[in-house]
Amino acid sequence: MTIAGYAFSPVGTTLVVLGAVLGVATVLIGAMRAAGKPQAGELMARIGTWWVLFAFVAIALAIGRTGGIVLLALVSFLALKEYFSLIPTRRADRLVLLVAYLAIPIQYVLIDHGQYGIFIVFIPVYMLMAVPAAMVIRGETDGFLRATATIHWGLMACVFAVGHAAALLTIDDKSVSNGEFDVRYGAALFLVLLILTGLNDVAQYVSGKLFGQTRISPTVSPNKTREGFIGGVIVTAVASAILAPLLTPFSIGFAAAIGAALAIVGFFGDLTLSALKRDLGIKDTGTMLPGHGGILDRIDSLVFTAPLFFHLTRYFYF
Amino acid sequence: MSSGHPFLRKVFFLLIVRPIMALVMGMNVRHRERLPSTGPAVICANHNSHFDTLALMALFPLADLPKVRAVAAADHFMKDNATGWIARNLIGILPIVRGGTKGNSDPLEPLAEALAQDMILIVYPEGTRGEPEQRGALKKGISWLSQRLPEVPVIPVFLHGLGTVLPRGAFVPVPYFCDVVIGEPLGAHQSREATMAALEDAITTLAGETPFQPWD
Repeated sequence: MTIAGYAFSPVGTTLVVLGAVLGVATVLIGAMRAAGKPQAGELMARIGTWWVLFAFVAIALAIGRTGGIVLLALVSFLALKEYFSLIPTRRADRLVLLVAYLAIPIQYVLIDHGQYGIFIVFIPVYMLMAVPAAMVIRGETDGFLRATATIHWGLMACVFAVGHAAALLTIDDKSVSNGEFDVRYGAALFLVLLILTGLNDVAQYVSGKLFGQTRISPTVSPNKTREGFIGGVIVTAVASAILAPLLTPFSIGFAAAIGAALAIVGFFGDLTLSALKRDLGIKDTGTMLPGHGGILDRIDSLVFTAPLFFHLTRYFYF
Repeated sequence: MSSGHPFLRKVFFLLIVRPIMALVMGMNVRHRERLPSTGPAVICANHNSHFDTLALMALFPLADLPKVRAVAAADHFMKDNATGWIARNLIGILPIVRGGTKGNSDPLEPLAEALAQDMILIVYPEGTRGEPEQRGALKKGISWLSQRLPEVPVIPVFLHGLGTVLPRGAFVPVPYFCDVVIGEPLGAHQSREATMAALEDAITTLAGETPFQPWD
C-alpha cells in the first residue's frame, strides 16, 4: 500500500483526523501558556507525550500487523520492567525475573500465530507453573507466596491483558459477517480501542476539572469525582457510536454500549494502579513519559479495557 | 596511562552502552544538571555493580568521554582477561593499587596527576562492590585527596538498582530500572573525618530522594 493509499484507508483517515485533533489541542494549550495559565506547562508536556505515542502507533499500523504486535510487545516489556522495579522483590528471584520476561516473546508469538486457544491460557496457566517452578529450583521459601503472587500479577497485567490489544490485530484474517465495505478490521479495531481508552482518560480528567464536585474514591484517588466519571462515560459512548460505522462491524447501539463499558472498566484500571502506587508509597511509576509519569501510569486503563474490548468483539462479531 | 582507544570507546558507548542503558535497563536520573561538564572534579558514588561505571559514563556527552576516568582496582582490572581488556581499552579505567601504602609509593598519586590534567574522576569510596544493593563503609582515601586539592569539587552520587541488574558474581544481566541521584558538591571541611561524615550524609540524603523497595 502506498502512503496515499494508507492515508485514505479508514484507519489512515482516522489517524489524520486524530493528528488534527492533537494539533488543535496543542495550539489551545500554547494559547493558554501565552496567557500565563499556570497549568499550561504540565499540559504541554502531556500533549508532547501524546504526540510521541501517536507517532509510534501511526508508524506501527503503517507497517501492519507485525508493527503493531512488536510495538505492544515493547510496551509490555517496558511496563513489566517498571513493575518489577517498583515492587519489593527477593534477592533469590533475580533470575526468576528473567523467566518472567521470557513470557513476553512467547506470548506475542502465540498471538501472532492466531492461536487463541493457547495464548489465552499460556500466562494464566503455564506461567503460573513456570514462575514458582523457577523459584523452587532456587530453593528460597521465605516470602515465597508473596513473590510468586506479585510476579504473576505483573505478568497478567502487563503482558496478558495488554496482549489482548495485539490480538485484535490478528482479526484481519477472519471473515466478517458484515462485508459491505472493505475494512481491515484488525488494525481498525486496535485503533478504536486505543482512541476510546485514551479519550476516556482525557474526558474524565477534563470533565472532572470543569464540573467536579463529589469525590468518588477519597482514599484511593482524591482527584477523581463522580462528575468526571460520568463525563468520561458519556463522551466515550458517543465517540464509540461515531467511530463504529467507519471502523467496526458494530451496530450503533452495541458501539455505544461498548464505549460505556470501556469507560467504566478504564476508570477501575486507573484506580487500581492508584491503589498499587499508594500501597508502595510512590506518586508516579516512572519518568519515561513527561507529564504522565511512567509507562504504567499511561497504560493503567488499557490493562482493563483491552481484554474487555477483545472478548466483547470476538464473542459478538467474529 | 592512556585512556584506551578514544574512537573505539565512543563507538562502544554509542552503539552498545547507551542502547542497553536506555532500553534494556532504563535510567531515572535526578539532578542531571549537577553533573560536572568540566574537570577537575571527583564523582563519589556507592558501588554495587560493574554496570555502575557504564551507567555513570553514559550520562556524559560522547565528546566529553576522554576526560572521564573511572578509578578501578589494579589487582582486578589489570588481569589479562576479557573484563580487564574491556576495562582498559573501552572504558579507559585509571588503575590504582588497593590495600594502602606500600613502601614509598603513594597509591593516590595517579588520581592527583589526572586531576591536574582537568580530568573528571569516578571514585567508589566503598572500595568494592560488596553485597549487592547494600551500602558498605567508606574508605578515607577520598578525604586525603580533597585535603590535598581543596579546589577540586567532590560530587556525591547515589546509585540504586544496578546491583540487581548485575551483582558481583553474576554473569547474566536482568532488565531493571535504575536510579541515579546526583548531589551538590561537598563544602570544605576541617578534618578528614568531617569530610567523610559529610560524604556519607550526602549519599544518604540522595538515597532518600528516590523511593525504592527493599531487596531481600
